[in-house]
Amino acid sequence: MSIPFPFTAIVGQDEMKLAILIAAVDPSIGGVLVFGDRGTGKSTAVRALASLLPPMRVVVGCRYGCDPVALSAACADCRAHRERGEKLKSAAVPVPVVDLPLGATEDRIVGALDLERALAHGEKAFEPGLLARANRGFLYVDEVNLLEDHLVDLLIDVAASGENVVEREGLSVRHPARFVLVGSGNPEEGELRPQLLDRFGLAVDVKTPTDLATRVDVVRRRDAFERDPAGFSATWAAADERIRRRLVSARKHLAAVELPDAVLERAAQLCMALGTDGLRGELTLMRAARALAAYEGKSCVGDEQLRRIAAPALRHRLRRNPLDESDASARVERAVVELFGPA
Amino acid sequence: MTRAEALAPAHTAAALLAVAPRLLGGVRLKSAAGPRRDAWLAALRALLPADVPWVRLPLHIADERLLGGLDLAATLASGRPVAQRGVLAQADGGIVLAAMAERMSSGTAARLSQVLDRGEVQATRDGMTFSSPARIALIALDEGIDEEALPAALGDRLALHIDLDAPLADEGPPLTATVVAAARERFAQVRCDDAVLEALVAAAAAFGIASARAGWFALCAARAAAALAGRDSVSAEDARLAVQWVLAPRATQLPPAPDEQVPAEPPPQESPELAADSAPQDPAPGTPEEDKPAPDAALEDQLIDAAQAAIPAGLLALLQGRSQRERRSASAGRAGATAASKQRGRPVGARRGEPRGGARLNLIETLRAAAPWQRLRRAQATAAAGVTSRRVWVERDDLHITRFQQRRATTTVFVLDASGSAALHRLAEAKGAVESLLADCYARRDNVAVIGFRGVGAQLLLPPTRSLVRARRSLAGLPGGGGTPLAAGLDAAQHLAEVVRRGGATALLVVLTDGRANIARDGLPGRERAQADALQAARSLAALGCATLLVDTSPQPTAAAQTLALAMNARYLALPYAAAQVVSSAVRAQRG
Repeated sequence: MSIPFPFTAIVGQDEMKLAILIAAVDPSIGGVLVFGDRGTGKSTAVRALASLLPPMRVVVGCRYGCDPVALSAACADCRAHRERGEKLKSAAVPVPVVDLPLGATEDRIVGALDLERALAHGEKAFEPGLLARANRGFLYVDEVNLLEDHLVDLLIDVAASGENVVEREGLSVRHPARFVLVGSGNPEEGELRPQLLDRFGLAVDVKTPTDLATRVDVVRRRDAFERDPAGFSATWAAADERIRRRLVSARKHLAAVELPDAVLERAAQLCMALGTDGLRGELTLMRAARALAAYEGKSCVGDEQLRRIAAPALRHRLRRNPLDESDASARVERAVVELFGPA
Repeated sequence: MTRAEALAPAHTAAALLAVAPRLLGGVRLKSAAGPRRDAWLAALRALLPADVPWVRLPLHIADERLLGGLDLAATLASGRPVAQRGVLAQADGGIVLAAMAERMSSGTAARLSQVLDRGEVQATRDGMTFSSPARIALIALDEGIDEEALPAALGDRLALHIDLDAPLADEGPPLTATVVAAARERFAQVRCDDAVLEALVAAAAAFGIASARAGWFALCAARAAAALAGRDSVSAEDARLAVQWVLAPRATQLPPAPDEQVPAEPPPQESPELAADSAPQDPAPGTPEEDKPAPDAALEDQLIDAAQAAIPAGLLALLQGRSQRERRSASAGRAGATAASKQRGRPVGARRGEPRGGARLNLIETLRAAAPWQRLRRAQATAAAGVTSRRVWVERDDLHITRFQQRRATTTVFVLDASGSAALHRLAEAKGAVESLLADCYARRDNVAVIGFRGVGAQLLLPPTRSLVRARRSLAGLPGGGGTPLAAGLDAAQHLAEVVRRGGATALLVVLTDGRANIARDGLPGRERAQADALQAARSLAALGCATLLVDTSPQPTAAAQTLALAMNARYLALPYAAAQVVSSAVRAQRG
């Protein structure tokens, strides 16, 4: 495995980095969509995640990487073991960041009949697919807008239900598949269907930096990395480590972060002002604001967090005419200023 | 110039790639198939070490072959899945040639992009997950004409863009393999000081290149050039080469003129008439003389000048908005503007059946169907005849073939009359109708293209795209007024419909006009000849057999438009009754 570009060494793109970190603090936010110009470090940032996330504990031998503590989200096997009162062994493994290659076939994604066991032993056994591997981790789809429609449908369905149901080849299997969907793409090459758009918790637009110094910096760091990947990563290891520690602490304290009623009201007001469909907007806004507060070491969510997270949480949920060109980010910004007053 | 040089154009670019193939990612080689291209490829091959893999990728390569998959023979022989390395893994450390890259599907392009990004193949297919190194450089052989172009995501990852059809600058003596080998050794030590790096990045910004990769590629190319010249640090000359091969072909805009003294300098050679001809015999403006003096001029300006000299004449004209009549030459150097998405038949599962008459055996499904029965069949066979030597028992009933669904994408081409007569009353309404149609296309995931005609000619405002934002932008920017060159508009529509059809999609034409032509094909005014030309163009359009809808934009239904509709075998719709919804449902009916 080649060494990934260090997360903290990515120049600029702060909103994208923040969105990914927040999704890592609270996976229930529901994924990040990164849309923008080519060559802006979208893929790099997501791949850098792998080295950044703290390890998680899993049941040894479980093919779905079940959590030894949380029973509700365990697979049938683990639950059966627990109900029989058996003690489950656990081990620490890195959080999976699974790439969904555009060429993947459907059976590799959902899982299928285990060919080897079928051939060798004549047994009908289920072989888990990518969705099982991504359980409790991240599923990354590059060029998500180019993915075939039937696969997109499938991903939406599983991401929403947190469970993968396989009914094929005489197999009938269901297993947990709770993952954060991270999609990236370039809108110039095709748009994402609105149904899928809404399923992503946060949406970030990335743009090429316009000032010269930043652009030079991008090229310079890339050059340093290509010359000596290991050395370059080492110089950024301390910064990466700091972020990792903040992440761990944020996850631990997430549940304890207070969400005052006043802030909830503000969130609802903001969503009403923008006319977002459904309640998903409010929910995401609250969760993201709480995750942000946890990440910043605050014990209570304030307007400050709502303000900062409003654009990524809401910009893709505005009811829009597909032809309406007015910038969604600007609309959110305006609504925020109206509600909270100028920054 | 000796004969050898003449036969190997752009050999400097070949040498640059040979120095750092992996870092540069590859080349977009725009050229028709022919001796020039063969000469370039031969030159590149001669510069690489003899043992470097050199693999040709067929256009419609299946994923099993591209990325790797199940080895059929070995799987059946051993009775367990055996992986087979794909072409990309086999080409590790070498060069991959993609033939007819302009017709490559966006899916294949995305897979290649991923491999270029990571230097390894990672795939999960056919019951296996595997990764293997694939540090390749890709040479995309782009034979596209007109709007056909390499998928943009892939083009962005190939550092060098070469157009062999454009006039090329004189390059000096060809380099030898020994020089290149020495340069490869030296490459890692070559430094680039900050001033040069900043100048390169600034030049990229000035040319309106959004991707950050371009700056990084320019740096790599400049370092390769320095290594070739035997230098340990990048000089202005090296940077100039990098600009010529990396940045200039990616330009989307001309840099803002620094001051008033410059504008007279480069443009004169590229007057509109010349650009329209894009005369290949015209030698490129002499770059070497230009950048020799002026040590006091900022390096950035020098680089921008160099790039301007390297930009094909037609592109320059287009960027300056001088001549938009001849798109053929204009699109030559424009990378990443369009990526037509072509969907060929995609596999939609398998069904029971025998691989006959061109049907492809679906091995996995076949084995899967056979798998549960293996024990039983073995037992039966043993009991019946005592045969146990076979590893896998496959019977006729198990055979599955792959079903392909030929999903033909539809491209709706809007042909808008923006002339004075139409514009006065109805342009705004016509735009409204088009917009509601666009919303419909969005729902159906159609591609849309927009052609406008007014004044003396037609103009492709928007090549086929799925991006509605761009469609809408091109409409909003459509000015009205001028004559009605109806024939030119219909010709352009026919041309585009042919391109769309070549790409495997269905074209649907929506013509919005009042049918009152007054500019003939040759651009001269004259109502009578213009009408005759328009009718002729309409008949030729009818011969194409595309579904066509003519929306009459005149205040009252006119005979002219009706005759025209008849001639082009189109459905006729008068706008007075064509509220936006009516038009859009008419289009829906038309496409069947």
